[in-house]
Amino acid sequence: MKQVKCECGHVNPHGTVLCESCGRVLVEEEKSKKVVDMRYEGSARRSQTYNKTIIDKIWNFFSSVKVGVTLIIITLAASAIGTIFPQEMYIPTTEPASIYYESQYGFLGKLYYVLGLHNLYSSWWYLVLIASIGISLVICSLDRVIPLYRALKNQKVSRHEGFLKRQRLFGISKVDELDHSYELVKEKLESKRYKIREENGDILAEKGRFSRWGPYINHIGLIIFLIGGMMRFVPGMYVDELLWVREGETAVIPETNGEYYLENHKFVLEVYDKDSDNEAFANAIENNGMVAKNFQTDTTLYKKSAETVAGEEPILDKVEDYELRVNEPLKFEQFALYQQSYKLDELNQMHFALTNKETNEALGDLTIDLYNPQDEYDLGEGYKVEVLSYFPDFEFDENSEPVTKSRIPNNPAFVFKMFTPEKPDGEVSFVAIKQTIEPFGDNDFKMTFKGVETKNVSAITVRKDLTLGILAVGGFIFMIGVIQGAYWNHRRIWLRRVDGEVWVAGHTNKNWHGLKREITGILQGTGIEEPKDQLDEKEK
Amino acid sequence: MKKRRLVMRTVILLILGAAVAYTLYANFSKDKVHKVEMGKEAPDFVLVDMEGESHRLSDYKGQGVFLNFWGTWCKPCEKEMPYINNQYKQFEDQGVQTLAINISESNLAVSKFLDRHNLDFPVVIDKDGQVRNAYGIGPLPATFLVDPEGKVVKYHTGTLTESMVREFMEQIKP
Repeated sequence: MKQVKCECGHVNPHGTVLCESCGRVLVEEEKSKKVVDMRYEGSARRSQTYNKTIIDKIWNFFSSVKVGVTLIIITLAASAIGTIFPQEMYIPTTEPASIYYESQYGFLGKLYYVLGLHNLYSSWWYLVLIASIGISLVICSLDRVIPLYRALKNQKVSRHEGFLKRQRLFGISKVDELDHSYELVKEKLESKRYKIREENGDILAEKGRFSRWGPYINHIGLIIFLIGGMMRFVPGMYVDELLWVREGETAVIPETNGEYYLENHKFVLEVYDKDSDNEAFANAIENNGMVAKNFQTDTTLYKKSAETVAGEEPILDKVEDYELRVNEPLKFEQFALYQQSYKLDELNQMHFALTNKETNEALGDLTIDLYNPQDEYDLGEGYKVEVLSYFPDFEFDENSEPVTKSRIPNNPAFVFKMFTPEKPDGEVSFVAIKQTIEPFGDNDFKMTFKGVETKNVSAITVRKDLTLGILAVGGFIFMIGVIQGAYWNHRRIWLRRVDGEVWVAGHTNKNWHGLKREITGILQGTGIEEPKDQLDEKEK
Repeated sequence: MKKRRLVMRTVILLILGAAVAYTLYANFSKDKVHKVEMGKEAPDFVLVDMEGESHRLSDYKGQGVFLNFWGTWCKPCEKEMPYINNQYKQFEDQGVQTLAINISESNLAVSKFLDRHNLDFPVVIDKDGQVRNAYGIGPLPATFLVDPEGKVVKYHTGTLTESMVREFMEQIKP
């Protein structure tokens, strides 16, 4: 273990540029510079010399700010690319992603899909990038804050001449009444709220040191924020589900362990009306046609009151009635239900009349519940209709057989057998919307379509997010760090007596103009000359 | 001191690495996470079959239960039904019960389907989707195997071949 012992007796970690205690320049090449690099106080921030094990190599990779900035730029670019086309979760479900991107955006769309950019934000490499930024943040911070803390804690009042000489603000004056001047300077420094330390007739005045911790507080906030993001993957912390509920239906709310149920009484879609709403809207309504004013589902929330086994009729207690509107969620426990989408006029019931084709005489009406059709409908007086087959979402398959695509009655079709006193053996008829097929020749009777009853369906987002608190705390700490670093400056002024002269040097982490003005004020009338800005001189 | 530094760095890197590994793992398994964990008690339910008889899962303790979730509109479900029926007849006497759970369809649709396929095992309808919810069923068909202790031992989505059905039933024989 090589350590660097300074001439002043202080032992510094290997790689230190400026002695933590007296500020003497320890590295040869730094001595040739007129002004020293004061970032991190010349401390041994990155011990490149410990590059022996794989652990050190990984550590040094992540401790580089260049690497960190590169990671951030790559992540920014990737995030931007992800917004060029919609992500997979936002494309319509009517077409699979493999077809959708090409048909919608051509070759570029296909490329987008093939490269996997349609699922960019949950891809492994994107997560690895984010995670690397997190690691870089932790290691960069640790590698800098610890040496910085050491350097600031160990700094001596009497700094080495080489250190003072190489400060950006530096000046030498000859003063006759030095003790008197010192008293004056100290008084003024105190009035500017500097903390003053004195040793052997030298002065170190310092203020706003805590501003130096701003970036690290800020990083702690960021890391907490990232942890919050990570917590979303922990089961039970984050729920985002879609629940479709038909009017009149009571559905179990997913992810609540079957505890909560939601009843949809009614879905309402209101539009702006030219006559009854504010006149100012008239033009806009004229130009755009329908303009939605309100999407609302009238609901009742229930809680299961007794343990029942799944499949049994649950015993429900009403919790509350709630009118669910966009951005006005129904909240219970840790869940929030949002009005998300809707489907208007889903078929629910169909009305038919059994009719004599020749006389057009209606022999009886029947209503079929499309969610629960009966086997047969007895119309009395020897008239009866039997349902031989039911296809809620009818289409012809590749063998021209009628089949159903789903259990939702989007396009209902029936095979009826109609029994009448005239035809006691029954006549078979295939009835779909706008088509009737009589497979066994001409019938005497038919099922006349009389009308439908429809219901609206509401889509409700079920959301739970226990990570919000963590994100808020992270964001808050982040802001504290920003404020701390932005609104305070770490200023130091050194005065040292050297052979009857007084050497003055000043340093600040930012806002040099402010420091110069402050020094001007402090030294005025003390006989001590203002230190010069050595960077200005260089330019001249 | 050098040793301490190496230990510190190793520990910090390990903690960070573990957090990253967990996040990646959780992200990629999130689509595969089931409500019903393997080796855990299968959620109990009671459903009525087409003959009006109640079937409660917990009543079948001591027997293996082959649970098949299906729909009349689902082609792969239709395809595997005869295989399940054949194997049901083989394993019925060996203590393997078969239950086919239809997802929220009408009695008419289900009974017409049964008429066409002549199925012997009990078919129940999960009218309000409670059982589907409890088992976290996504695409159909989905099959769960419950062992004689009432624990879930396997979950499978997609069509089954007849030999798979046999293998599955063999697996839960008491």
